[in-house]
Amino acid sequence: MATALGSPAPFGQSQFALVRGNAFEAKVKAGGGTELLRLLFERLGAGADAPGEAVLPDLTAAGPEGRTARTALALREATASDGWTLLDHPMLALEVAGSPVYLEPDAVVVHPDGTWTVVEIKSFPMIDASADAAKVGAAARQSAVYVLALERIASVTEGARVGHRVLLVCPKDFSNLPTASVVDVRKQRAVTRRQLTRLTRIEDIAAALPEGATFDPGCTREELGTAVEAVPAAYAPECLAACELAFHCRARSRAEGAVETLGRGVRGELGGLTTVAGVLAAASGKEGDPADPTVAALRRAAALRAEALETADGGARCR
Amino acid sequence: MTTVTDPSAAAARATDAILGDTLRGTARGVVVDSPPGAGKSTLVVRAALELAAAGRPLMVVAQTNAQVDDLVVRLAEKAPELPVGRLHSSDSDPYDKALDGLDNVRTSAKAADLAGLDIVLSTAAKWAHVKNVEPWGHAIVDEAYQMRSDALLAVAGLFERALFVGDPGQLDPFSIVGADQWAGLSYDPSASAVTTLLAHNPELPQHRLPVSWRLPASAAPLVSDAFYPYTPFHSGTDHGDRRLSFGVPSDGSGPDRVLDEAAESGWGLLELPARHTPRTDPEAVRAVALVVRRLLERGGAATSERGPDPVPVTPDRVAVGTAHRDQAAAVRAALTELGVTGVTVDTANRLQGREFDVTVFLHPLSGRPDATAFHLETGRLCVLASRHRHACVVVCRAGVADLLDEHPSTEPVQLGVTVKFPDGWEANHAVLAHLSEHRVTWRP
Amino acid sequence: MSLITTLARLEAVDSGRARPLATVCHRHLTGRPLVLVPLTTAGEAGAPLGALVGTDRDAPRLLAVAQPRDRDLRFAFLAELAEAVLPHIESAADAVEPAERSEVDPETGRRTKVEVELCADAAQLIVPSRAGIDFVRLLGRSMRFRRTAEDDPDTPYPAPARVPLLGRWLTHYGERARVPGSSLLLATTDLLNRHWATGQSSLEDQHLGALLAWIDPPPGESGAEAAFRAELARDGAGQLLCPPAGPATDPAFDNRLLAPAIEAYDRARVALAAAEDGLTADARLGELSRAEREIRSLLAAVMRPTWDAVWRGLDLARGLPEGARSQDRWTRDRWSFTAHRDRVRAGEPPQPRRDDAVTAARKLAARETAQAQVEAQEALDDPLVLAGRRLAGEAFLGEVTEVEMTYTESKRPSPRPLVTVRTDERPHLGERTKVYRSLDGKPQTAEFVGYAADLAGRHAAESVAHAAEGPAGAESALVLRITDRMGRGREPAPGSVPEPGDRIAWTLFEHDQRGGPALPEAENTPWTHGGPPGGAEEAEKPDPVTAEDLL
Repeated sequence: MATALGSPAPFGQSQFALVRGNAFEAKVKAGGGTELLRLLFERLGAGADAPGEAVLPDLTAAGPEGRTARTALALREATASDGWTLLDHPMLALEVAGSPVYLEPDAVVVHPDGTWTVVEIKSFPMIDASADAAKVGAAARQSAVYVLALERIASVTEGARVGHRVLLVCPKDFSNLPTASVVDVRKQRAVTRRQLTRLTRIEDIAAALPEGATFDPGCTREELGTAVEAVPAAYAPECLAACELAFHCRARSRAEGAVETLGRGVRGELGGLTTVAGVLAAASGKEGDPADPTVAALRRAAALRAEALETADGGARCR
Repeated sequence: MTTVTDPSAAAARATDAILGDTLRGTARGVVVDSPPGAGKSTLVVRAALELAAAGRPLMVVAQTNAQVDDLVVRLAEKAPELPVGRLHSSDSDPYDKALDGLDNVRTSAKAADLAGLDIVLSTAAKWAHVKNVEPWGHAIVDEAYQMRSDALLAVAGLFERALFVGDPGQLDPFSIVGADQWAGLSYDPSASAVTTLLAHNPELPQHRLPVSWRLPASAAPLVSDAFYPYTPFHSGTDHGDRRLSFGVPSDGSGPDRVLDEAAESGWGLLELPARHTPRTDPEAVRAVALVVRRLLERGGAATSERGPDPVPVTPDRVAVGTAHRDQAAAVRAALTELGVTGVTVDTANRLQGREFDVTVFLHPLSGRPDATAFHLETGRLCVLASRHRHACVVVCRAGVADLLDEHPSTEPVQLGVTVKFPDGWEANHAVLAHLSEHRVTWRP
Repeated sequence: MSLITTLARLEAVDSGRARPLATVCHRHLTGRPLVLVPLTTAGEAGAPLGALVGTDRDAPRLLAVAQPRDRDLRFAFLAELAEAVLPHIESAADAVEPAERSEVDPETGRRTKVEVELCADAAQLIVPSRAGIDFVRLLGRSMRFRRTAEDDPDTPYPAPARVPLLGRWLTHYGERARVPGSSLLLATTDLLNRHWATGQSSLEDQHLGALLAWIDPPPGESGAEAAFRAELARDGAGQLLCPPAGPATDPAFDNRLLAPAIEAYDRARVALAAAEDGLTADARLGELSRAEREIRSLLAAVMRPTWDAVWRGLDLARGLPEGARSQDRWTRDRWSFTAHRDRVRAGEPPQPRRDDAVTAARKLAARETAQAQVEAQEALDDPLVLAGRRLAGEAFLGEVTEVEMTYTESKRPSPRPLVTVRTDERPHLGERTKVYRSLDGKPQTAEFVGYAADLAGRHAAESVAHAAEGPAGAESALVLRITDRMGRGREPAPGSVPEPGDRIAWTLFEHDQRGGPALPEAENTPWTHGGPPGGAEEAEKPDPVTAEDLL
């Protein structure tokens, strides 16, 4: 889409990372999920019998609707049984602003007591039991969406309960051995739930959903382009790391002279001033009401800055 | 929610259990969570006196000099004969001069000078410098949730056992440098003292004071739900036990209408037109000042369970809270301009632990173009919304709900760190939703 | 971001060039820093791909790993890195000067001065970006617990001899880099961002190429244009003209150039192993070397622009005069360097995986002190930094208009002169707030007495309000009482009291920082923090190695 709009897209994934990620997920799930269930039991298994052989239901079906239905059925059967069940790449649906969004978690484990636990497998390492907090945060938000989607199925499934603690599985230290950590996603779940009830705009929803979520792509490229232009400019530099369209938005934001181009935090002290030219004009005394505290502070800042630069140039320091 | 049990009885049961564990228990530590206005200071003073009466040498650790002085004064009021030591720093003006007028209070900068006194009190910072002394048998650590883990590490060698008391809902301690590398460690030095203590000693008895005597029945459910979702508490008074009234009727202006709403319901939201403003938003600052002036001008009077007659709401019973120092300074200046003096105006940090009849606060997110972690911090909003006995008026620009929606919390997550509840974003939404039912829109 | 920094950024947008944030250099730069430009393999933790390293800008040493998932090749790389880095560190470790340190005598408990060695200079390490610092830390962590064949003849997959030692040093550098104001290990982007404001966000400032484009744009081009090119421009083959400063590589480089080259190398290796006679083997060895050379030249080509950028960044920073107090912080870096040298020489074990409670608390306290220190020192060294503090109400500049002598009321009265200062600034002064000025490089303390107008009887709050909210340029007169540094006599020492007409910068923050209280020794860790740490042996254990280290 970014390329279609004429802005270069910075993204793409290294095949080294891709190969490694896939190899790691395969390793974690190898042997009928024995290792995965061992990790899960170690950290979340209190009160249950150790998993022996886990049931791995076949979840293949035609189309996302078919897979979703198949997943719901498998969840019901697993909950009714009193053993451990591992659902490998189940498909879940979440109704967002009237359209179904399909989600595919790495795995969901059904405990003998009917608890459903979301499992996220990531290829960033846990070194000495800690990991990149930004990446863990992203994984937690992603899992929270899965938890919400699962809760809708659980509400109509006898004896089911969705765990708010998810299992994050990562490579240990510098090896390819899996290790796991429990992440409490109650906060992320609460935030996402509130967002889903409040959000009506499709682009916000897209931002709130994990990557890999698929919309029904019912519109042409031209329509997309128009839609993107219609979105109010909410560009912030954080977008650069998250969105393919960010360079496009940045160019627009810069052309408009929006101060947010320099970072969200910049706005904090600029009050109602939103453009670079506007701020500079206020600072230099060309525009603005000196009784407005923003304008007054800007002029003080400009004067102090000019005075200091002059002092340094002239070499005349005060004591 | 209706409480079937008598609040006084519930509170008394909790206090008895706490004192029982403290005086006769075997655990090395006892932890007490106290929601706003639940009688924490009363508990601390009572526990101190009972420990002293039982002949147990006691040290008391508080976090600020003002807190220490306040406890010394309260102890002297309750037990004027009790020999009490106030250990202080060697800076100039290290303690409240009022202490010099108390007969049995000895002050010194050296711990050795105070040896043998029944109770010695000081700040955590000063206690950390005390070396080479015989450890105390017992300690009371006050405001333990506002104490950092490393501060406890520095003083824990001074006592054998301790009672830790504090409010988990207020502002967390912080560090001016990054401490992420220790996140998830049980003894993360930047975490709160209680977090570390319980991580290492999960078996310690934990109590909680179940009744807020400060917050009226109109405020306790909101504050409890929004900030203490897993440890609810109740108001010690019922609807109708507290009344706020005015001698002068409303003039129909926004400030008067919001005061009437707050008098009626306990809450008032004075909503100004949406606008991005600097922190010291002149209109909002002036609106805060006007509300305070009208509250005093209209002869506000409060009736409560303390007596049959209305008590005038005088300036010393009113506080204004802000998020930032410059906002507090701007409000002070605006009040001065309106000829109002004697009202406490301070930031949330400095209002912690204080109590007033009526509070007016400038919403931390009012007029902001962005919602930073600072402005979303749960503790900040909790402090501002829980200082009042009768009513709380919030002054805010419209549009905060949208602002929150634009800044969903995308906090990083550190493995192994116990999740603190609730989330600031969520709590802000909850409070805002409640306040919007008591909204008075006003264009100044 | 403070308003004054925001303003500088907006000026940069407007002028198309970065604007100064400092008038002196606040980080010490040694005459001979070691520059390290590392690359890592995407998706793998601690699998280096290559590096340029050295002290000569014209002759970097190229290290490359032809197949990063091969443990032997990785060890060979690390061994070579040790040979490139350790001599630089050791030459600094050997050049010492005598110094004094105060220590507590274990017998008497008194503080005494002891003669010790202090390294005359520390070995400075420069990496391109913050991610480079993280990578130094990661390398340190991956190496320091390794066992060599000498440590333990039975250890599986022994590491080359000097690798664990390099791991310990890199760990030390990585930890030191967390201390505010330290210069032992610097990221070029941090160095430049401290001194210049660009017309882009601080996130975009992490891109070394874009950052340099703003600070020193090519003739005829604006910073924004040059930065845009640095971020995104690609050649005909789809490769970035300005490759990322590492350690991460560009996916397009991985997929289009590196992956085929590594595949060719792997094929050549298999073919060589399958060779059945000497002649074929020779030919296939030739193939293998060619494949390896290809990888080396690919890596050299993507690292060289960053290497040159780092040196350009150093040139720019050196263009500023050094701040007077940055030497003081560098001396602390030298102490830290010397202390680590001593620990290594004393045969102490490597730094544990995670700090114990006491160590963590000590580090945090030291860093908080260092933070306050660097903030104070930078403001004292640099009028532009001071301007930011003045705007924030944490310092003010004023002219002395009046001095009135008063004395303490004691048997031996000491001078307490009252100094009236006129200023149009708005410091956050409260009753008895302490303020400081620099007198011959040492701080002199005064306390705020009040506003002259109030003292003359005007309504107190009125002038406070006036000072807090009055229009820009409104002057007020403050009265300060000087309380120290005037000598021992009744009359102040000459030059120790300000005189009318003096323009003086006062700060509300202290110039020197006191360290916090002493913490217990680790073996006395109290029960609240889990008691004394056990399992020191556990912490030092090498990471378990798996046979299938080669993924």
